[in-house]
Formats: sequence, structure tokens, C-alpha cells
Amino acid sequence: MERACVSSGYPRCIEIGGQTSMVYLTRKIEFSASHLYHNPALSAEENRRVFGKCNNPHGHGHNYTLEVTVAGEPDPVTGMVLDLKELKTILEREISDRMDHRFLNYEVEELKGQIPTCENIVRVIWKLLAPKITQGRLHKVRLYESADIFAECCANGAGPA
Amino acid sequence: MVFGRRYRFAASHRLHSEKLSEEENQRIYGKCNNPYGHGHNYVVEVRVSGPVDEGTGMIVNLADLDKFVEREVIEAFDHKSLNEDVEAFRATVPTTENLCKEIYERLKGFPLAKLERVRIEETSNNTFEYAGEEIPDCGSVQ
Repeated sequence: MERACVSSGYPRCIEIGGQTSMVYLTRKIEFSASHLYHNPALSAEENRRVFGKCNNPHGHGHNYTLEVTVAGEPDPVTGMVLDLKELKTILEREISDRMDHRFLNYEVEELKGQIPTCENIVRVIWKLLAPKITQGRLHKVRLYESADIFAECCANGAGPA
Repeated sequence: MVFGRRYRFAASHRLHSEKLSEEENQRIYGKCNNPYGHGHNYVVEVRVSGPVDEGTGMIVNLADLDKFVEREVIEAFDHKSLNEDVEAFRATVPTTENLCKEIYERLKGFPLAKLERVRIEETSNNTFEYAGEEIPDCGSVQ
């Protein structure tokens, strides 16, 4: 199946030649947060060995970039998969308000008892967003911890249930 | 001639001044005053100047600058809490303005070229620069 990417102010990707005119709409947000990696089931030495400087007791922080992709067919009247303003509101309410300028270990309820790795955070984000996206469906969530590192969850069985 | 190189470190901070009341701290620093702190991927651009050495064709060997910045800045700040782990910020609020000055002070003794300027990107939207007491016009090269 051929793929063509078109841009109209935000990234969209349309499959051509197949049965579908599914469109993938992506919105990006940024948030700043701190964290540390520490597993209480391991000894201090093991924590240090496994997590290295990420185990420093006072924590450290990142500028996270989150890309959220929603799949759907554009509404014939509005031409939209979903209203970007609504997606922005959902992302602010579910993610920014919870995680921006927060210490992820201590202040994000959904991460309690988990090590806030990029992998675990993106899984929490998927679970928070999936039920809130009611127009189209959540297709992919990608979280960058730095410019060079990201973790992602995808629909179609590749992501968590 | 000026040579610039970028370095990166990840750290957390909290903006809170002991000289202000709780309410004033909250009003002035907003969510940056949240008690547990938050963090950034800081990008530090270091600019040094000097004559181009005829033998090497370089102002300074970047490996030498790397070693110096690594020792003076990256080791001290990377994966650290600026408030808790950096002596200079025990009594000073670790705004990125103050961080810029602290890094400048740490690097100005580089023996192989003259430190011109330290520029920090706190986020993709916020940048700060410090060039000692006087900031020359942006982009000017002496």
C-alpha cells in the first residue's frame, strides 16, 4: 500500500490506494518534570549498579515532549478527525496538569509504585488518554525524554490493553 | 575567531527564595515553586575565542574544551538536583539566569582560550546568556 504524507499546519498521513481514507493526526506538547530511578526491592548497591546516575537520591529532570496520534476518518462536514482544540484541552487536563513541573515519583498518583522510566510513563499516558479520545481512536503515543530517546505505545495490539 | 560548542545535562530545580514568604514565592515563581521541584534537559553553549594556531589550524582542541567542561560543569550538574547537590545554589535561587552566571564562573578559568559567553537553553522556548559583567551586542565577534 502506498503512503503519502501531507502537511497542513500539523502532520497528517493518508493511506492511498487501499480501502481506507484513515487519517493520522498528531499533536505535540511539552512538559518539564523531575524523577529518579530507585527500586526498594533492590539493595542500595544494586540500585546504583542498575540505574547509575539516574539513582541519584535528589533526582534530576527533563523536558519531555509528547506526541499523540489519533486515527480516524475526517468528518465530511468539518473535515476534521477531531477538533484540535478539544485534543489540546484533553492533553492539558490529563497530562500537563498532572505532570508538568512535578516530581513524577512523588506527585503523580498513577506512577506510584512504578519506576518512572520513559517506558512506564508512556504506558500511563496511554491509559489516561485512550478512554478520553472519543472522536477517532488513539493510535500512538510517543514520549521523548530527550532529543535522542523516546518510548512509544501503539494501537493494533502493539500497545497495552 | 570564536569557537562555540554545545553540551547537555539533565537536572532538576525548584525556584524558591528564603527571602520571600510562601505566598510571595508562589505568586512570583508559580508552578516553578512546586515543593518537589521539576526538571529540564539543559543545553549549554560555550563560546571561546583566540587566535587560530598556525600549526593546528584551531583556536583550541575541542577535546581539551570537552574535558574541562565535563569536569567543571557536566559532572557537577548532570542528573543532579541543582538545589540539593550544587553548593552554589544552597543560598541562591537556581534560576537559569543564576545558572548561567555559575557556569560562566566555573569556565572562565579555561587556560587554552578566552571564555566569551555562556548561553543556556532551558527549554526550546527559554534561553539565557551571560558574558561576564558586560554583555556585548548579540552576535558581535571581537
